[in-house]
Amino acid sequence: MIVTVRDYAETMRGVAVDKAEVARYCSDKGDGGFLAVIDECVAEALPLVSYRVCFSELPVSVCDGRVTFPFAPVESKALAKNLKKCDKAVVFCATAGIGIDRLIAKYADISPVKALAFQGIGAERIEALCEVFCDDIKKDYKVIRPRFSPGYGDLGLDFQTGIFSALQCGKRIGVTLSDSLLMSPTKSVTAIIGVEK
Amino acid sequence: MNVLDFIRNNITLLDGGTGTMLQGMGLEPGEPTELWNLSHREEITKLHKAYFDAGSNIVAANTFGINALKYDDQTVAEMITSAIGCARAAAKLSSGTQEKFVALDIGPSGKMLKPYGDLDFEDATELFAKNIRIGEKAGIDLILIETMNDSLETKAAVIAAKENSDKPVFVFNAYGEDDKLLTGATPEVMVSMLEGLGADVIGVNCSLGPAQLMRVVDRLLAVSSTPVAFKPNAGLPKEKDGRVFYDVLPDAFAGQIVEAVDRGVGIIGGCCGTTPEYIKALAKRTKGLSVKPIHEKDLTVVSSYMSAVTFGDAPVLIGERINPTGKKRFRQALVENDTAYILGEGIRQQEAGCHILDVNVGIPDIDEAAVLPETVEALQEVCSIPLQIDTSDPAAMERSLRRYNGKAMINSVSGKKEVMDAVFPLAKKYGGVIVALTLDESGIPQKAEQRFEIAKKILAVAKEYGVSKKDIVFDTLAMTVSTDKYSATETLKALKMIKERLGCHTLLGVSNISFGLPKRDFVNGAFFTLALENGLSAAIMNPFSAEMQKAYKTYLLLTGKDENCLDYIEFANKAEEISVQSGEKNAAAESGEIGESKLEYAIVKGLKDEAASLTAEMIKTKAPLEIVNDTVIPALDRVGKDFEEKRVYLPQLLMSAEAAKSAFEVVKASVSAGNDSKCKIILATVKGDIHDIGKNIVKLLLQNYGFKVIDLGKDVAPETILEAVTKENAPLLGLSALMTTTVPFMEQTIRLVHEKAPWCKVVVGGAVLNLEYAEKIGADKYAKDAMETVRYAETFN
Repeated sequence: MIVTVRDYAETMRGVAVDKAEVARYCSDKGDGGFLAVIDECVAEALPLVSYRVCFSELPVSVCDGRVTFPFAPVESKALAKNLKKCDKAVVFCATAGIGIDRLIAKYADISPVKALAFQGIGAERIEALCEVFCDDIKKDYKVIRPRFSPGYGDLGLDFQTGIFSALQCGKRIGVTLSDSLLMSPTKSVTAIIGVEK
Repeated sequence: MNVLDFIRNNITLLDGGTGTMLQGMGLEPGEPTELWNLSHREEITKLHKAYFDAGSNIVAANTFGINALKYDDQTVAEMITSAIGCARAAAKLSSGTQEKFVALDIGPSGKMLKPYGDLDFEDATELFAKNIRIGEKAGIDLILIETMNDSLETKAAVIAAKENSDKPVFVFNAYGEDDKLLTGATPEVMVSMLEGLGADVIGVNCSLGPAQLMRVVDRLLAVSSTPVAFKPNAGLPKEKDGRVFYDVLPDAFAGQIVEAVDRGVGIIGGCCGTTPEYIKALAKRTKGLSVKPIHEKDLTVVSSYMSAVTFGDAPVLIGERINPTGKKRFRQALVENDTAYILGEGIRQQEAGCHILDVNVGIPDIDEAAVLPETVEALQEVCSIPLQIDTSDPAAMERSLRRYNGKAMINSVSGKKEVMDAVFPLAKKYGGVIVALTLDESGIPQKAEQRFEIAKKILAVAKEYGVSKKDIVFDTLAMTVSTDKYSATETLKALKMIKERLGCHTLLGVSNISFGLPKRDFVNGAFFTLALENGLSAAIMNPFSAEMQKAYKTYLLLTGKDENCLDYIEFANKAEEISVQSGEKNAAAESGEIGESKLEYAIVKGLKDEAASLTAEMIKTKAPLEIVNDTVIPALDRVGKDFEEKRVYLPQLLMSAEAAKSAFEVVKASVSAGNDSKCKIILATVKGDIHDIGKNIVKLLLQNYGFKVIDLGKDVAPETILEAVTKENAPLLGLSALMTTTVPFMEQTIRLVHEKAPWCKVVVGGAVLNLEYAEKIGADKYAKDAMETVRYAETFN
């Protein structure tokens, strides 16, 4: 099994932060000065955000609400439906790095409004990274399915352990899993992208 | 032969990859290689023998992936013992005539350490220690810690090695394309930390091919006085016809490694994708080459987890504000366990241009051995610059140094024997740059010559303890000029003597010079300039003092240390802005425009700085409590109501809350007795959960409304929460959880508190919860947001 690591720092420099999206993540609905806070926080965050992905293309078989990966089978009707027409899938883990977590911690007590803004920026960055990565994957395959993460529908979070041991996310891109199945850095995503036959 | 003697005189060959080779022998993809230590001993022995046959001097036993998080203790012991047995057997079976050594291989735990993950530093140390004790028993020649991508975890592993074995320790880190570890450390940071901890070899392995890692190798060589090792991957993995291969072939690989040998690397090998063919190629290419001698770098370096400060580049500024001496507000913060205030001082000093922060929490009746390490850890979470640990309590010093992420400054030793005997062993064990005060049992000598003699004595004792001269910075002690007119000149003379004759760096607590005088800043600034001119390397100073900043910036400008005067111009422009702003404020004050309606407006609009300065003006004419009750609270209420009625949203609510908080800070500074009439509330994010933004928002609002909040932080065990509830006799506990996987711990906590502290009500919140769910797990109240928690809390008064 081959696991590829990609550093998207260069590409992501060209993907500007969507500040409206950040505001949305922070449930901000008017201006009221918060956009200025976002601006300030974006300037502080960008030098500290990193963009890394590790992924592997794996054969999958789907049968009666059960999907079998080389590393583990998993019961999930929703995932089985998503991968119905697929015989392989790209399993990936992406992270915006620990820098954002450090900023959230830095401002946790001294300015919760900034901590909130960094939370929003982190969410926007990791989603943007996933989009860029999925666009990349699209180039290699004819038809791909929308990405599907543990926690969606009936796909349990415990499936994370399988993904983490298969991709060795800790060693490759520094993402680890806690006993309660939370990822660290927190601005990380794991997902499965089905590739149609 | 001892492995350290061998590496001094020979190019040393390590081994290569494991996975690819074992898959060739039938290991299934994804099957952990360590399982074969028990089931396929013959194959493991064959693997090691192939490397010895190819010319490897050091083979790492197949123990990289073994730890007690993955396997039970007995299995760990069996697998490690068997792995080392296989490597030993291979050394005997091999026909190679070279020197052969067997290493215990230690890899990352697979867990992130606290505060960003859930593995405690001491638990990580014990995890590694377990493997090392087993390895020691089984018979190893060295310990190889490799592929570590977090500096703190690396430190835990090295401490475990040093505490449980006397074998040499080799430490290799995995650097990324940005030349950093994934948690931010640069090669310079790692060298300072690892040399401080006593690593015998420092290196880079895994992650990339030799060409991509060459920059890291160069940076290690430039600063390291310790032998450097290089063990890259065979380039990047590719796939063809279902087969995985790496894109740098043995000959090309060996060619690139030889370049590193030319530059001074003496210990070489391969990581992922390399095979005995690669080692053979290395052996062939390096035959007849001799190892380059390692030069002592004589660099005085301190570091944090991400940046290193080298003495001698430009004068180093050490912030003095985290220290209760003479600071009422700071003392109050320590007594009230108000970490936020202390961290705020740290962040502000870093922003004001400090390179290092001094940390001192010494007040009577405080348990320094507990509070200092906690403060150091909390500061490292929010400040990225190195810290200077300032205490006379050896236990507090040791605990702080142990968990410190990087190489700290140690403040201080003196010529007193008792102090040297307590501090030097700690510096030797954990590393650190030590501040040495030129005083001894008979006090501070008046004459420079006598202070110089003490410095010499300190150096001699340091040497006995194995502490290098470069890790000592002398403080020749600025004493007030108000009681001795020659105190400044003697201090400067001693400083110059030490710099010139001993070749050591120097440091002064500059502001002591003006004690007892009016307009102290004037004296401090001038003295600072004089000291810099006499060769001062670092100053412990107040970064918010305009005179000190002026002295520093102009000194750099006038001594050719400010390229194109850029730093100075930026500083001068900022100084102008500040004076214009304060002029405007004064004008506003004079015209009498400042008043309640303005403060209320500032809070409603979330204008933090304005709220503080308006409060400071109002406090001159109005009782602090009146300002709070007549203006601040009504303003907060207005915003709170708007939030509840969805006219404003969370960010605006928070901005107002922060503005109100800054007004409270001003009030607090003028009256020491806080508004303690409201009840105590305990807050915590439950065990397993590391998200705490929601909890912090609730905390801010509760504090604004006058509640005494005791924040236990995140990932808090049920027993710890119960203990706090009982100790404080708190009527209300607030719990937060973000993930479904952590709600069981919330339920457990509620059950425990209801059983053992039935007087305490529990309010819960968090993204994953709703009313129904909250009732199901037994909560007394579900609050959908921070305002609802405040309203609920108000029913307790």
